[in-house]
Amino acid sequence: MRIVVNGDWRETASAELCAVLEELGYGASIVTTAVNGEFVAAGARPVTRLAEGDRLEVLAPMQGG
Amino acid sequence: MLRLYEATLASRLLLGTARYPSPAVLTAAVRAARAEVVTVSLRRESGGERAGQGFWSLIRALGVRVLPNTAGCHSVKEAVTTAHMAREVFATPWIKLEVIGEEDTLQPDLFGLVEAAGILCAEGFEVFPYTTEDLVAAERLLAAGCRVLMPWGAPIGSGRGLNNLFGLSALRAHFPEVPLIIDAGLGVPSHAARALELGFDAVLINTAIAQARDPVQMAAAFAQAVAAGAAARAAGPIEPRDLAVPSTPVIGTAFRG
Repeated sequence: MRIVVNGDWRETASAELCAVLEELGYGASIVTTAVNGEFVAAGARPVTRLAEGDRLEVLAPMQGG
Repeated sequence: MLRLYEATLASRLLLGTARYPSPAVLTAAVRAARAEVVTVSLRRESGGERAGQGFWSLIRALGVRVLPNTAGCHSVKEAVTTAHMAREVFATPWIKLEVIGEEDTLQPDLFGLVEAAGILCAEGFEVFPYTTEDLVAAERLLAAGCRVLMPWGAPIGSGRGLNNLFGLSALRAHFPEVPLIIDAGLGVPSHAARALELGFDAVLINTAIAQARDPVQMAAAFAQAVAAGAAARAAGPIEPRDLAVPSTPVIGTAFRG
């Protein structure tokens, strides 16, 4: 399935968000997610299924002013 | 003491964490500033990349409060979603709400800001809105539930100081009970001292310290300026006047009469 991850097209085998994150190499990283512009809480990832063309944002802590 | 929502803080200098030459310099600058609050952000991270994880470990080791921002958001929707994401990662109800309206000055979109503040306050966020000195916007932000305001001194990173002294003084006078933090645009410690002398409760500094030739020394200098400005405000400055008043008593002056 093809989805857009942080602005880039990616091919994933899984559809379930937890598995997609694992597949993309996030593993145990502290990240937060949004799908198609909507926040998806960590607790909702196991029940969130992605569809072809979905836009996934994966954000991590960063320096800020 | 500075009271921001439920927090009571000794330091009136809040620090941004971006644009430092190295993580070690950032750590030393936070300590030299004696900052108790630092701002942080969220950015895209690719799988396997560890930059964000390392940064977050460093911040947690500092033992300071974090104030996540919504920097880079240009719409209400983006800002609200980013706030939700920040609350999850940083485990705080605090959010420095930025809705940018104009690219050259990074001036806040006050209409979007008020709308986003209303949504987030209703959801239990403790919102620190990045605003201007506009009195009407301030009134609307307070009505939306904000209990702290962060007016700009000048455009972000410009180092120009308090651009609109009259407007900022009017804001201070109109809302004497609201904690007001000058956010953005300060360049040198005297700007910070001036803000505190005018009665502002705190300042948030990033570029002026991070991009100084010696950020740690500059952080210490800002801390001294903030302390001096706050002490001067508490001590009650004299009113400026147009004519001289001799400071030495004139009674008994030699060679007169």
